[in-house]
Formats: sequence, structure tokens, C-alpha cells
Amino acid sequence: MGAITLKVNGKQVTVDAAPRTLLVELLREPLQLTGTHVGCDTSQCGSCTVLVDGRSIKACTMLAVEAAGTEVTTIEGLAQGGRLHPMQEAFQSCHGLQCGFCTPGMILSAVDCLKQNPTADERDVREWLEGNICRCTGYHNIVKAVLSCRDRMAQSKEG
Amino acid sequence: MRDFNFHRPASVAEAVGLLRKHSGGKFLAGGQSLLPVLKLDMADPSDLISLSGIAELRGIRVEGNTLIIGAGMRHAEVAQSPEVQRTIPGLARLADHIGDAQVRNRGTLGGSLAHADPAADYPAAIVALNGTVQTDRRTIAADDFFTGLFETALRPDEVITAVRFPVPTRCAYAKFGSHASKYALVGVMVAKTADGVRVAVTGAGPYAFRAAALETALGQSFSVAAIEALGENLGVRADDLNNTAEASGAYRKHLIAVLAKRAVAACL
Amino acid sequence: MSTTTTPTPKGPLGQPLVRREDRRFITGQGRYTDDIVLPGMTHAAIVRSPHAHARILSIDTTAARQAPGVIAIFTGQDVAADKVGGLPCGWLVKNKDGSNMVEPPHPILVADRARHVGDQVALVVAETRAQARAALSLIAVEYEPLPAVASLAAARAAGAAQVWDQAPGNVCYDWHLGDPTATEQALKAAHQIVEIDVYHNRLIPNAIEPRSAIGQYESGTDSYTLYTSSQNPHLIRLLLGAFVLGLPEHRLRVVAPDVGGGFGSKIFHYAEEALVVWAARKVGRPIKWTAERSESFMSDAHGRDVHMRARLGVDKDGRFLGLHVQSQANLGAYLSTFASSVPTYLSATLMAGCYTTPAIYVEVKSIFTHTVPVDAYRGAGRPEAAYLLERLVDKAANALGMDRLEIRRKNFITQFPYKTPVALEYDSGDYHATLDMALAAVDYAGFPARREASQARGKLRGIGFSTYVEACGIAPSAVAGALGARAGLYESATVRMHPTGSVTVFTGTHSHGQGHETTFAQLVAEQLGVPVDSVEVVHGDTARIPFGMGTYGSRSLAVGGSAIVKATDKIIAKGKKIAAHLLEAAEADIEFKNGAFTVVGTNRQKTIGEVAFTAYVPHNYPIDKVEPGLEESAFYDPKNFTFPAGCHAIEVEIDPETGVVTLENVVAADDVGTIINPLIVDGQMHGGLAQGIGQALFEEAQYDESGQLLTGSYLNYGMPRAADFPFFKVGNHVTACTHNPLGAKGVGEVGAIGVPPAVINAVLDALAPLGVRDISMPATPEKIWRAIQDAKAKAQH
Repeated sequence: MGAITLKVNGKQVTVDAAPRTLLVELLREPLQLTGTHVGCDTSQCGSCTVLVDGRSIKACTMLAVEAAGTEVTTIEGLAQGGRLHPMQEAFQSCHGLQCGFCTPGMILSAVDCLKQNPTADERDVREWLEGNICRCTGYHNIVKAVLSCRDRMAQSKEG
Repeated sequence: MRDFNFHRPASVAEAVGLLRKHSGGKFLAGGQSLLPVLKLDMADPSDLISLSGIAELRGIRVEGNTLIIGAGMRHAEVAQSPEVQRTIPGLARLADHIGDAQVRNRGTLGGSLAHADPAADYPAAIVALNGTVQTDRRTIAADDFFTGLFETALRPDEVITAVRFPVPTRCAYAKFGSHASKYALVGVMVAKTADGVRVAVTGAGPYAFRAAALETALGQSFSVAAIEALGENLGVRADDLNNTAEASGAYRKHLIAVLAKRAVAACL
Repeated sequence: MSTTTTPTPKGPLGQPLVRREDRRFITGQGRYTDDIVLPGMTHAAIVRSPHAHARILSIDTTAARQAPGVIAIFTGQDVAADKVGGLPCGWLVKNKDGSNMVEPPHPILVADRARHVGDQVALVVAETRAQARAALSLIAVEYEPLPAVASLAAARAAGAAQVWDQAPGNVCYDWHLGDPTATEQALKAAHQIVEIDVYHNRLIPNAIEPRSAIGQYESGTDSYTLYTSSQNPHLIRLLLGAFVLGLPEHRLRVVAPDVGGGFGSKIFHYAEEALVVWAARKVGRPIKWTAERSESFMSDAHGRDVHMRARLGVDKDGRFLGLHVQSQANLGAYLSTFASSVPTYLSATLMAGCYTTPAIYVEVKSIFTHTVPVDAYRGAGRPEAAYLLERLVDKAANALGMDRLEIRRKNFITQFPYKTPVALEYDSGDYHATLDMALAAVDYAGFPARREASQARGKLRGIGFSTYVEACGIAPSAVAGALGARAGLYESATVRMHPTGSVTVFTGTHSHGQGHETTFAQLVAEQLGVPVDSVEVVHGDTARIPFGMGTYGSRSLAVGGSAIVKATDKIIAKGKKIAAHLLEAAEADIEFKNGAFTVVGTNRQKTIGEVAFTAYVPHNYPIDKVEPGLEESAFYDPKNFTFPAGCHAIEVEIDPETGVVTLENVVAADDVGTIINPLIVDGQMHGGLAQGIGQALFEEAQYDESGQLLTGSYLNYGMPRAADFPFFKVGNHVTACTHNPLGAKGVGEVGAIGVPPAVINAVLDALAPLGVRDISMPATPEKIWRAIQDAKAKAQH
């Protein structure tokens, strides 16, 4: 066991964890941030996606110790001051989720997508989301949500 | 996952020293291949020595006609690097299609090469571009680097520090990914260089290999027609290629020709 | 296309309201079973058989018991010693001769023999999840591997290994439906007989939330609680309580909190649910088990795996005269909860499709193999019927040189109600209308030009259709009971009006993505004339909901919604009595509309809120006529199945060099009955289409001959991804169901049912110029490439 200090959703935390602890285990268990989900054991489904220093990563494929000193954003920390992130709003308004299980990872992946490419088109979005599996939506409304968020963010920049 | 001791050295020398001290240990780069292996208890290292805190493994620079990429550079960084895009755009595009977005945000060039997954993309690039692996103690030519399935010329305590890519006249990579895993069932990198044409194939065999028949044909005429003229005579036997439920050796052999044509077309 | 041929609604019914449940999911506040932490909770892991078939010679747990954190280890012998019952099958199917199917035991831990890879052999309970898992490798199980059968063909071969001694030839049952004599005569009289042989590939449902269960025992009250990722908590309580552990309902509470998708796979009662409850008492602490995805692959019930042969007799004008279907279904090693009903009552009954074929005979043999049990997966039996028919109809059109749409139209049922020769009575539908809608949406007229454009680029373009009908909202309990169902198929609802006019609805259905919290709130708001926001919907807890049969078979609105309507009708009826008293009018003169009780012909009225308040503060109250309070329960037993139908049209482009299929156009025009929330209905369509396309192009669970699962992870099982699809075009044409109060039919499964044959018909249409006549699902690139090579080779000879 060793103490790991990192920033999670804007708050500095120090947690004792064995080196083998995965970041997702650290988030879900001692930190009780259960919005980050585990959907597979082969690093493929993307349900555990969080942002580490602003980039989307699979929290099941990163050791918690490797996150020491970083800034982690989980789905619980995406809304700011009680206001939903535009991507969260877009997922709701476009019905981009059904069972909700892949949703946190999907939203965080989509946030990174638009951060890397604010003018992503449908093809770009679909390709970006290769690392996130959804079984409910056929991805239709997820892609719609990301594109609608893109348009809204572009508008708010112009305005 | 079983327990291990964790180290995060600040220098390559320190990393090598740690591994010599803990001979049951392993280096950890981006972890995108190693952690899935550990999660399934398919390896049991006593120690993990993380390379993520070593500044000397970072950086991308151009020296004359050579592009030098630090082993610790992540796939997304390589894909987005203006230096890579300017000098070897085909390499930037290859990096941009490795795995998925999350993998590209963590995985590193050095980690990918050291792991030597038979279906990884970078091996095709380093072999086709006639790159050189720079380690903490020597340089290894691409043609000598991959020695078997998940096997390389690296010693257990050897760390890749950078990869040197001679800038080709043109190059392009064409990949046919597994629908399930997104790894290459076959990937073909074609490079036209001052010293001739080099063609490397990944995904189809135990490790990335050069396709001599294609190189000869393309050396004579760098064209799609040159590959078509070869017909079945690609210099590879379907029986020697990987054979899985998703793609047989025969299909992979066929894909080598198709993808080589597409890569050539993309070069033209 | 996003057209609905019904007028724009005024009230909440029919509005595309965004879902209220989303707020918790998009902020990470959903509460799935694995998110629950109980005080003192322990963790379980399961030793699973690595062999498809093996005798268990010994189990040595000594080392594991001494491992850090290990609290207890249980084996099949402990289960047997406690006389724990096996998992029951919920549907008794009879053989042709009237005898019962073979029902082998299904222990929650096997004691002497493992019958599939993944069969549960021992349970470890430890302080932490990691410790429980680490202990697994310390348990030494000595197996004697035995010969295994992993496929239908292997199980039926002479001298095949037997899964169960009591099932000779590995046959569970040999069942039939329809009129063999009339069918044989019709086939004899036919101008031509068209034959087909199809295999419905084996699928793994893969809800993204892995199954999870927590068992808890409270000694003070001698009662148990099970938290489980289930689609139907009451059913689990019934099966676990009555059959496995012998517990009365009042001492067993089952909670299905947020559940991350089901698609059928979470209907069934699984061993792990029983294990954590049973062991929680032994250990004296709560126990949580959550599947790793690798475990899901080898322990969640699989879907499909049916082989069918059929002969269709047609006259020279293309009219269907008779159909004979012979089907073999792989049930896996044990009978899962509803396994027996899927290839029979849920599939054979649909063999008329939307056609007037007068004589049909279906024979079904269901077979045991050394594989994971197979049960209902989205569509359950109906995709098999639709796929067989829609492939066969295309084939018939080809054989007769007829247009494939003309042959469909010629045989469409147009008069309703229509009694099929395979036991169903369709109440409503308009198959021409949905076909016309689909043709417009796919721009069929423009297809030849698009095909030419593809050709110019060296690509092959094809278009395919499927005009399907399905049966859902199953069914009158009495009818199902007579056919062997061991449960009722009604649904319950309680509507509680609170004193200030807000409403809580308790439904026996379960939402694991379907959006009931929104749809049912819209429904109640419409019925009672209250704002949608003042209606709360509660589901998924046997301690709060009177009773329920859960959510599967696209039944929630048609059956569960109808129960809610019945309950609100009772609220209104009671409200009329109260309002009549308050308004000093005769009850017969009170009408209820838009949330108010009015004396007919006057403007004297009381709102439902005022009536509710009076019911709870009954100072001025007709206490001699009605009781205080305003809460009503209702059970609704459906009078018939409902029959959604429609047309799916798929346009593909194939790269002949690689065999890769690109979906250019995905169109679904469906009649799912009355729509409460079009946003949610479209979402259900999208998901069903994606799973159906997954079956047609990407997904297949494959076993090797020894019974090892070759596709045991996302590295080799082809889950559909975002880049596999274009935007879908979905639309509805509504003909109301005639026998439920809402006119609702059901939408959950139609995408998965209708689309696979449309995809394969499109692929075959694209490949037809090369002479390719058949291809099996999934139509993977290599399979298509090989079909092209084979056709080319044939053409040269």
C-alpha cells in the first residue's frame, strides 16, 4: 500500500492503495465515484472512460499510481456549479442514452472528441467513438448528440 | 491482477538499474498492452518500472533527413505532431488509426514496439521506413528488431529511448482491421525511399515482415498495375500466415495484395 | 424519414418529451447493483469449469481457505447437502405424442459433472473482490474430461456424447404445430416448391452492465434481500423463493435497481442470484458477486442457434399454398428459464408471417449440447421466423421470375382479424402501407441510378426488403397456461394520488433503458389530467410493487400500460363519487375531462387535485358510499397477443475486393400501434436495428469441436460500433391494437426481428450479378469474398 495524491473533479485527494489498483478501482471503491463503470475485462468497452489531464483514457487500463499528480475528471465532475456540461445536455435532449451504463464513458469520450476536433463531422465522431461500446442506442442518437453539442459550442463561441 | 512493487524512475539509467535489481520486473510504458495482460493474470512481474516519468523519452525532432521520435511519445501526440505531419504524413495517419482514441491517448511508440504484438501498426511503419531503434545502449535496425511472436532483439533490461525514421519520398499505410478488436488483420506500409521501395506487412504473420516480391515489383514500376501483374505470386504462402476464425491465411494473403495496391495508390 | 401518420397530439400522450431518468445517468448518479455497498459486505467469485464436459473427481480447497481474506468456500456438495433446489424451467413443452419434454436438473453449483465451459463449480467468499478472485486459482479441481458435443450437428450424430442420460439422442423434445396432412397436400398440388436451409447464428446478448447480485440475510427478522440486475424482480422472487430456496414471499425481497440493459438475458433466474442469497445466511454477512465480462460470455444465456429447413409450395401466379418447416434448436446444456418456449411458441406460431399461406406445418426438435444455455434474446424466436420467411419469399420470387415486392403484396393479409394456420389471430395491420412508406424512404425509384454509380466505382450495390410481422405483449394467461407456461402473463399497477394532487405509479414492469419513468408518467398525466412532472413512476422492488411480471417480449406498454389505464379508470370512477357529493349532483351527471370533474351541461366542477385532497381530508365526504383515500390497483390480463409489423429496407454497397459491406441506407417503417413518446420509440427502433444488423453482419458465438468458446471476449466477438452504421431512417404508420385500451402493440424487438433478412437480401441482391445465391449470417468480409471467389470459379467451368 502507498499513498496516492491526485486531483479528482477539482479536489485534491490522497488515498492509500496497492500498486496493482487500477484507476477505475480507486475511483469506484475508496472514492465512491460509481458513475465510472466497468463493462469488460479486456480494455475494450470504454465504459470506464475518464479524463486524465483533459484527455480521455480507459480507467481500467491505467494504474492508479500512474495517475498520481494528475487531474482526473469523472462524470460526477463534468457539470460546473450545478450547470450541466453542454455534452450532458445534448445527450439528454437527443435521447442519446437508454440504460445509461455506457453513458458516462461515452460522454467523456465525446467531450475529448470535440476538444481535439471542434469541427468533427459525422464520420469523425463515429470513428472517434470506436473505443466506446453501446448496446442500446445503435449509436444514432449518441452521434446526433455529439454533433448537436458541436453546433451549440460553435454558436456560443461566435456569439 | 497480482501484486507487484511499483517504481517510477526519473531517468533511463535509473530505470535500467531498477530492472537489473529486480530481475522479475518489467518496464511499463503506456500500459495499453501490458495492463490487459496483467488483468488476465497472464503475466506475473515482481516489479513494474514505469517509464512515464522520464523526460528524456519525450520529444519529436527532425535532424536533416531523419525524423526522431522519443519512445515515450503517445500515439495521439505522434498523430498530431506538426513535425511528423510535415515530414512523414503517412506515419502521422498510421498513428491516428491505432486502436481507439483512448488507447492513442495513453499508448506509446516505444511500448508498442517493445511489446511486438503481431497485429500492431507501428511495426509495419518502422520496418517499411527502415527505421532504427535507439536504446539505452545501442541502435537496432528495424530489419533485426522483431525476432518472433511478441519477441524482439531487446534484452530484458534494455529500454527503447527513441526511434529514428529516415524521411521517405512517399509512404502510406493501408489497414484492414479486425471488426471485433480493431487490431490489424493485415496492415501494409509501402515506402518509396531514395534506396528503393520497402513494403512491410503486419497482422498477417508472427511479426511484421517485408514482402520482397512486392518490393521488387514496385521497384521496377511503382504502380498498382505492378502489384496486379504479380497475381498470386506475392512471395508469401497462405499456409504460413495467421489463420483465425475472423480471417484465414488465404484471405490475409489476398488482403496483402489489396492493401498494398491501396497504399501505393495513396502514395501516388 | 421521421414521419408518423397520426395527428399531432395536444396532451402529453404522443409528445417527444426528454427522459426524466436521464438526469441521474448523465451525472453519474445512476445506481446499478455493483454500485451498492452494504455494511459488512463480502465479495464472491466463482470457480467455473474450463471443460465443456467433465466429471469432477475432487475439489481441494485447503490452500484457498488459508488465502488472505477468504471467509468461506462452497461446492456442489454443500448445496446438495442443504437440499437447495435446482433452477426451474418456466415452460413445459410437450412432445408430438403428448409426453413431457425432458427436464434435467439444473443445480446452482454442480457436484459431480460440469456440462459446459463456464458451468459453476465452487463459490469463494472473501473480504474483497480481489481476494476472492485471487483465491480461485488456489482451488484445485480434479476433472476427468469427457467427450463433448458443441453443435447441433455433433449432438445429433450417431454415437454422439450424451449431455443427459434421460435425453437419448440429446433430444429435449420433439414438438409440432399445424396441419401436416393439409400442408403435404398443398405442397403436392403446388406449381413449384421452393426450398431453403438457414442457420440462425448463435449470439451473445452483451448488455453492457455485466450481471451482478448481492444477497443479504437479516437474522433478526429471518428475512432475505436480493439486489440483482434483473428485468423482472417478482419473477426472480417466485423462482428463487418457491423452487430453489423454499422461502415464502414475505421473507424474500428482490430489488432490481438501475439495470444496464437486458435484451432478454436478464429475464432468467441465474445460479449466482441463488448462491449469494443462500451463502449470505451461512456467512452471516452480505455477499456481492459481479460478473467479469469473460464470465458473462460463458454464463449469460445465449440467443438463437437454430437450424431450419423449409419447403414452400407456390402456384404459378406466386400465391403461397403450403409451408413445411423443420427446425432444430440448440438449448445448451441446461434448460434456462424460458428456453423451451422460444423455438416453439415464440417462433413456430409466426410462420404465417404477413402472408395468407393456408396450410402450414412446423416441426421443432430441441437439442441439448455442452454449451451455455440458450434462451430468449431480443426478438426470441420471432427473428428466426422472419428470417426464414423473408429469405424464402425472395427465393420464391427468383424461382418464379417475379418481382420480390409483387410476390409479397400478392400474398399479404389484408382482412383483419385474420386467423393463421399456426394458432394466432392477428387483430390489425396494414402491410401495404408500411411497405409503401419504406419504398419512399429508401428512394427505391432512385436505386438503379445509385447502383450504376456504384458500379462505375467498381462497387456492388444491392437493396433488400423484409416485410415482417411479430407477436408480442404475450398473451392471455389462460391460453399460455394451456400451452405449458408455468406463470401468468398479466401485469399489475397501483396508482396512488397524494393529498396535494401529485401521483405515484407503481408498475410491475421493469425499465432497464426503456424509459418507463417518462412514458408511464405521460400516460398517467394524460389519463388524470395532471402535469407530467407531478407523476412519479416506481418499479423494480418487490417490497414496493404489489406484483409484476417484468419487462420482456415488448410487453411493457401494451400490458403494463394497460394495467395503469385500468387503475386510473378506477381512480376516476371513485373520484366521480366524491365529486358528485361535493357538487351535490348525481354521479351519472359527472364527467371527467382534462383533470376536472364537471356536472354535465354546467360549469360547476372540482379538479382532481381538490377531489384527492377531499379523499384524504374527508370532512365533507360520502363516507357511506366510498372509503377515504385515493389509491387503486389493477391487474390487466391481455386478451390476445399484439402484432407489430412493418417493412425494413436495406441498401448496401459491397467492395468486391475485400468483401466489406457498407450500409448505405437503413430504413424501418413500422406499425407498433399507439405511440406515447416518439423520441423513445425511435430510440428503441435504433437499438433493435443495430442488434439485428449485428446478427446479420458481425456477431457470432463460435465453439470449437471440444466445446471451447472461441469468441469469449470483445477481442473476438464482433460488437457493433458507431462507425458500422449510417443514420437510420425510421417511421411509423399506426393501426391501433384492437383489444387493449391504449391501442399499443410494442416496439422493443421489431428492429431486431425485421432487419436481418433485409440485410442478407440486400447483400444477395448486390452479389446476384456474380451468381452468388446464398450466404449465411453473419455475412463477414471473408465469407463474402469467398462466395465471390467460388462464384467466379464456377462461372469459369
